Amino acid sequence: MQKVVEMKGITKVFPGVKANDDVNFELLKGEIHVLLGENGAGKTTLMNILYGLYQPDAGEIYVNGQKVNIKSPGDAIKLGIGMVHQHFMLVHNFTVAENIVLGSEPKKGIKIDMQKAIKDTKELADRYGFKIDPNAVIEDITVGQQQKVEILKALYRGADILILDEPTAVLTPQEIEELGVILKNLVKEGKSIILITHKLKEVMAMSDRVTIVRRGKVIDTVYTKDTNIDELAEMMVGRKVNLVVQKDEAKPGKVVLKVENISALDHRKLPALKGVNLEVRAGEIVGIAGVDGNGQTELIEVITGLRKPTEGRVYINDKDVTGKTPRDIIEAGVGHIPEDRHKRGLVLKYSLYENAVLGNHYKLPFAKGIMMNYNKIKEYARKLIDEFDVRTPNEEVFASALSGGNQQKFIAAREINKDPELIIAAQPTRGIDVGAIEYIHKRLVEERDKGRAILLVSLELDEILALSDRIAVIYDGQIVDILDAKSATEHELGILMAGGTLKKQA
Amino acid sequence: MANKNTTSSKLRAALNTLIFPIISIIIAMFIAVFFVMWAEGENFFTATVTLFQAIWEGSFGTSFSIIETLVFVTPLLFTGLANAVAFKTGLFNIGVEGQFIMGIFAAAAVGLIPGIPAFIHVPLVLISGMLIGALWAAIPGFLKAKVGTNEVINTIMMNFIAMFFVNYMIMGPLNAPGKATTPLIQDSAKLWRFLGETNRVNVGLFIGLLLVALVYILLWKTTIGYELRAVGLNPHAAEYGGISIKKNIILAMAISGAIAGLGGAVHVAGIQYQAIQLFGFTGFGFDGIAVALLGKSHPVGVLLSAILFGALNSSSLNLQLANIPKDIVYLIQAIIIIFVAADYIYKWIGEKRKKEAMING
Amino acid sequence: MANGSIPVVVALLAATFRLATPLIFAALGGVISERSGVVNIGLEGIMIVGAFFAVYGSSLTGNPWVGLLFAVVSGALVAAIHAVLSIHLKADQTVSGVAINLFAGALTSFLIFKLFGRQGQTDGVAALPYPTETMAKIPVIGPFLAELNWFVFMAIILVFVVHYVLYYTPLGLRIRAVGEHPKAADTLGINVYKIRYLCVIMSGVFAGLGGATLSIGVMNLFREGMVSGRGFIALAAMIFGNWKPFGATAASFLFAFAQAFEILAQKFGWALPTEAYLAFPYILTMLALAGFVGKTTPPAADGVPYNKGER
Repeated sequence: MQKVVEMKGITKVFPGVKANDDVNFELLKGEIHVLLGENGAGKTTLMNILYGLYQPDAGEIYVNGQKVNIKSPGDAIKLGIGMVHQHFMLVHNFTVAENIVLGSEPKKGIKIDMQKAIKDTKELADRYGFKIDPNAVIEDITVGQQQKVEILKALYRGADILILDEPTAVLTPQEIEELGVILKNLVKEGKSIILITHKLKEVMAMSDRVTIVRRGKVIDTVYTKDTNIDELAEMMVGRKVNLVVQKDEAKPGKVVLKVENISALDHRKLPALKGVNLEVRAGEIVGIAGVDGNGQTELIEVITGLRKPTEGRVYINDKDVTGKTPRDIIEAGVGHIPEDRHKRGLVLKYSLYENAVLGNHYKLPFAKGIMMNYNKIKEYARKLIDEFDVRTPNEEVFASALSGGNQQKFIAAREINKDPELIIAAQPTRGIDVGAIEYIHKRLVEERDKGRAILLVSLELDEILALSDRIAVIYDGQIVDILDAKSATEHELGILMAGGTLKKQA
Repeated sequence: MANKNTTSSKLRAALNTLIFPIISIIIAMFIAVFFVMWAEGENFFTATVTLFQAIWEGSFGTSFSIIETLVFVTPLLFTGLANAVAFKTGLFNIGVEGQFIMGIFAAAAVGLIPGIPAFIHVPLVLISGMLIGALWAAIPGFLKAKVGTNEVINTIMMNFIAMFFVNYMIMGPLNAPGKATTPLIQDSAKLWRFLGETNRVNVGLFIGLLLVALVYILLWKTTIGYELRAVGLNPHAAEYGGISIKKNIILAMAISGAIAGLGGAVHVAGIQYQAIQLFGFTGFGFDGIAVALLGKSHPVGVLLSAILFGALNSSSLNLQLANIPKDIVYLIQAIIIIFVAADYIYKWIGEKRKKEAMING
Repeated sequence: MANGSIPVVVALLAATFRLATPLIFAALGGVISERSGVVNIGLEGIMIVGAFFAVYGSSLTGNPWVGLLFAVVSGALVAAIHAVLSIHLKADQTVSGVAINLFAGALTSFLIFKLFGRQGQTDGVAALPYPTETMAKIPVIGPFLAELNWFVFMAIILVFVVHYVLYYTPLGLRIRAVGEHPKAADTLGINVYKIRYLCVIMSGVFAGLGGATLSIGVMNLFREGMVSGRGFIALAAMIFGNWKPFGATAASFLFAFAQAFEILAQKFGWALPTEAYLAFPYILTMLALAGFVGKTTPPAADGVPYNKGER
């Protein structure tokens, strides 16, 4: 079959990392080809090079057999390449039609022909069966619809080669199936598709071929039908992976966290939580499953004092902490591994030792009155580094100098060492290597067994299923159901996450 | 615990921080020489000699010029430190100028009160300057914390409001009849001129130097500094760590404004002895931005760059006597800042070198 | 209406238009620059440079229209420094603006000395004429129009041009996209840097015109301190007008009216001190920003350097 894309010997270096190291990749006409790899393996970098966002430091690219020099996305678009980015590239206060025509606007004289733009958008959407209002403003439509706008943007520019970067991260299992159908239809029209993902199940369900990338290098390219999940996992990580977390039966004790009828607004002042009720007991892990953007972030923020609820109460050990400051809540016995370690978890331009006391920097022995005691602080930082095997030259370097996995281990070390009764672990393993994932999972189970209460929030269903004792499903700002983790299935969770109910199904 | 390795790496880090401002200064001086060549029709060599001779003689050449340089350094210490504290908290306090002006006003007003012994009157004058400066800066701080409005715009606006307000007071309620000034302050409100009445240098200089040390301790040895810097580097993480963003924004602005206001008060109590109608800004606040930027917002850096800028300012008179347009020194200052702003060039060169090493190695 | 009051009203209106004109130019410049995501607090400095070179151009050739050209080109050049600093060198845009303002003041004082051999102000030169005769022939509003110089008409026309370009042309859509979400624009093949350079340099052209309005429109010379904060008032007008051409223009008129009104009020001996009128635009802008008067939303990527090809 015809090769539509061929990338040869691609090398790309960022300050401090070789993101792509002599990578070869090819895409055949009419196939769905998955680029599989761990976070940070270099998949997105490779595709950003193909799309002209990055310039390779070495290597050649051929499109339809012709050697090409893709200097900008404009060049890529001319070659019939379209890309749907993981973080959508939509202008939020523009309409759907404006976003779609941006950069290749239909004109009437010197003016934009907005009527034609709207008509074209409508026709295109109808052709692929997307229900989208061209005049709707982006910030008013759902994430699923936004993804369709992104696909339309590529198709409007006549893309024959479509790159989708982690398209399923924001979708429910059912929406993922729908996306699968859309992609199959596109292939039938003669399009070729590259899918970036790190989720093994999707690879098996959606693809024809898989190229596995590890630490910037291509490991192999295989036919999906000739491989299986375990083999792929091993190639992705570089060793045998134990996908199952070892843990004993939970022994739940007293209620540590009680959330009662909590409502709250999001940053746009729209209702994000609509009466959430939840309990977490000592010695158990409660997982919150849900599609991104259904109120998980806001729920954690309310519990940790980062967001004020409009209604309802939060109790820690029967003590009302509603509306208290983050400092009060840390003092009430809450440790928090935040969902975005760069945004919340670390001051990247602070040394590790300064980061080690974030949250209790004002307490003895780290400070006396207003004077800090940096000797004690450095000693403490070294203890955290040793205990959690954080790979770093010393405690003096900036937190930004560490790899994602080591940063996350350092945060986990800090939060667990606060000796909290409740640990909130939000996306504790997002974007880190498998070794660190296994370590953090192991530690969370250990802390559970020591009698701490653990609230786990994750977008990865596998992680939720592997760690939780009970699973609460959040949808549209409400806990729609709480299942026992032993009997819950992915299918059931998927229905709940999409807003369905289990009884109707039965 | 300081072993040899970390000391030498610290030394290298310090050198790396210094090299960039120094290159900026050299380039700015170089460009200034070209302006002199053009203005005077001289060749490169004579222009260089003329310019640097004039600058040196005007700033450090005689004991009088050294004293005058110290007079010019003093306000820049205050305004530079004021800007540095704000920068370290991630704020841009363009309003140091206005807070300085309010400090001038407060000192000129409080200094008029008769019948107070000097050991009370002097502190009273200084404290009133600090308080009004703190208040003037806390307003945009409060607006940023509570409403989220950009402090850059608000402090620019408040500079003008301060200038018009103070001019109104000078020409109105506090006017010395027949003059565009306030009356002279009481002797009991004046700062000691330790080299005699005719030499304008005064203990305000030592207050400024003390402040250099205090700001260093505040920023790097106290919990307050830990919190301010955390908010400056990553407010989200600070908030997560139980540090109130709002409180620290207002606090940083108030501290910054207090230092600026103190600077204004020192300027009245030590140099001017009165407030004079303003036909434009004093410029000390804006120079303070430059001083803080060149000094990388570190108190020691601020001290060094305040000396440089003070020396340049103080030499401007001598330049005029040497028939070189005095604006050359202000051009030098502006060009230094342009190059300091462009520090990305250096990062870019450094990264490019690292990158080449990685590809080849 | 009493007969005697008409000239006063005409004078007030004409004064408002004249005072608003430099603000409108500079505020439009601000709108263009910030809509593309580059904060430009160097407007003040660019106005100063524009004002000086307008006089220099006129003095060289005796033709004020050449002066106008000089103002536009010099404004564009100074803005280009800001553009290089803030776009390619990723400088803090506020720092760069402050540097531009310091630089402009020092440069023009130096050039007065060098090119005119004087201190503080230049010689008088030929200023742009008033289209008095043509305008006076227009019925009813003729007497009013005759009070205005060419700059006023230029400013009004440019408001409509900028509005049209921003909201009805592909270029405008791209400018707004770059100011809101530069990466999104980049992924669609729009050259973010090119758009930003264009917009910052255009803001220099506009601010240069604003400066020329003062030096060869209102007066016939350049004097140190003649811009006296108008660049910052224009910045305030841009914010008060919510980063929109018509809004910024309306705010410019409002601020200008406050000043014109002062002239009138003094005639009647009303008690408010001059300084209160002078402070009015600033106080009003702070209130607007704080949400007490209307609501302001800057472009999402305003002031954020765009890193192409990096992560």
